[in-house]
Amino acid sequence: MTIIYEETADDGPPIPEQRITVRVNGRKVVAEVEPRLLLAHFLRYTMRLTGTHTGCDTTNCGACTVLVDGRAIKSCTMFAVMADGHEVTTVEGLASPSELHPLQEGFKEKHGLQCGFCTPGMMMAAKALLDRNPDPTEEDVRWALSGNLCRCTGYQNIVKSVLWAADKLRAESGQAEEAS
Amino acid sequence: MYPSRFRYQAARSAEQAVRLLHEGGEDAKVLAGGQSLIPMMKLRFASPELLVDINAIPGLDYHRVDPDGSIHVGALCRHADLEHSDLLPGHQPTMTAAAPLIADPLVRNRGTLVGSLCHADPQGDWASVVLALGGSIVAQGPAGQRTIPLREFVLGPFENALAHDEIAVEAVIPAPRGAPAGGYLKLERRVGDFATAGVAVALETDGSQVIRAGIALTGVGGSTIEATEAEQVLTGRPLTAETIAEAGRLAAAAAQPKSDHRGSATYKRHIVSTFVVRILSRIDWTQERAA
Ligand SMILES: Cc1cc2nc3c(=O)[nH]c(=O)nc-3n(C[C@H](O)[C@H](O)[C@H](O)COP(=O)(O)OP(=O)(O)OC[C@H]3O[C@@H](n4cnc5c(N)ncnc54)[C@H](O)[C@@H]3O)c2cc1C
Ligand code: FES
Ligand code: FES
Repeated sequence: MTIIYEETADDGPPIPEQRITVRVNGRKVVAEVEPRLLLAHFLRYTMRLTGTHTGCDTTNCGACTVLVDGRAIKSCTMFAVMADGHEVTTVEGLASPSELHPLQEGFKEKHGLQCGFCTPGMMMAAKALLDRNPDPTEEDVRWALSGNLCRCTGYQNIVKSVLWAADKLRAESGQAEEAS
Repeated sequence: MYPSRFRYQAARSAEQAVRLLHEGGEDAKVLAGGQSLIPMMKLRFASPELLVDINAIPGLDYHRVDPDGSIHVGALCRHADLEHSDLLPGHQPTMTAAAPLIADPLVRNRGTLVGSLCHADPQGDWASVVLALGGSIVAQGPAGQRTIPLREFVLGPFENALAHDEIAVEAVIPAPRGAPAGGYLKLERRVGDFATAGVAVALETDGSQVIRAGIALTGVGGSTIEATEAEQVLTGRPLTAETIAEAGRLAAAAAQPKSDHRGSATYKRHIVSTFVVRILSRIDWTQERAA
């Protein structure tokens, strides 16, 4: 499909593209990719899902965090071919057409972002935490986000945003249980 | 950044992975969690011609404690699986202490213990832990399986004893003969940094004395260091303030740290001794004895 990498002197001989089938935000996607295509670049350039940011590009910052089969990982450090047959969730997969996800609301309510660069990664790491642990302590949140760097906020409000979202999600699931 | 081109094959069984490696020759490489290999490929420090991805091999993501007490960690068991393990706490204190200290939560979701041992980074935490515990690697090649003690497996920085057509299928920690005690301490400048210095201590006690002692050091030499003299001073005796202090001194003497951006050699040596003493002093000797 799209070859997006510029040719450099030591790239080696051309390699046939490989067909992958990936479920991205619930949608089944079939694509032909170079084996060396990074998942982050597949999402951003092939899928045009530019919510996943690449910051450091050296596996340090977590801006590129997405969920693969529910686990938060750094998409700059995985090849798209490795996602073949798997389920990828990006920040675009959080909101429904009509409503923000409680995490997004939380970041809005509690001023969890300034420049917003780290925010998609923060939200995805937080999503993985809340899926596993709906009632985290502040310490749990700090621990779960410790692989995600933010240059702006000093983290305080990010932690508050995630705790806000946890409260809201628990309240919602409580209501759902009462209703059923 | 992106790597140079490579061919990619996802193996569906260990046998298939071995066959692909065999056919691929010297320029083929195993891809496990990719948390060391992919960064190196992006920097073009590594340019394999073929990657054999083992992630789709079923049944390798286990870690288990066998009835005899030995611990088995499959090649696809991630650092995070060990961090959140229900099996290890109360059973293997050194591994339990180390798991949450590897890299950061995102890297721990992909990276594997076995991959870390194969990578043989002198800064790798698991190599110290597994060395202190007297563990080994089970390798599978065209001729079948063989077991390689970690001491012989790590040949030097980034060098292991696998043939080009062998994969590591699991790491094994032998059954303890006594009650396991110990821990892992790591000084890091921030989450996700490699160790300024790390210390693994793995003891086995029979209630009155130490019957086996393993001590290994991370990040204070060209390779993982086993502090043999410190181990010897603890073995066959009760744990006392004197033996603890002596073990700390001998471990620091075994370290070969270099001054760098993480700290001076003197400082790192001091950390080693402090960590050895701290881990050993925290062992609840009376409770071990009662158990
Ligand atoms: C930001 C960051 C911080 C980190 N911090 C730490 C840290 O603090 N402490 C620490 O110990 N590590 C750290 N790491 C490294 C991390 O633990 C890696 O997960 C680990 O070193 C390699 O495991 P892997 O499964 O990702 O292996 P890969 O990257 O897939 O492979 C590494 C090497 O081992 C070989 N290999 C892997 N598995 C096998 C196998 N089963 N058989 C044969 N060969 C195999 C590969 O061919 C390759 O040469 C860090 C990594 C990053 C990116
Ligand atoms: S861009 Fe992936 S970790 Fe920074
Ligand atoms: S809001 Fe700017 S990096 Fe986090």
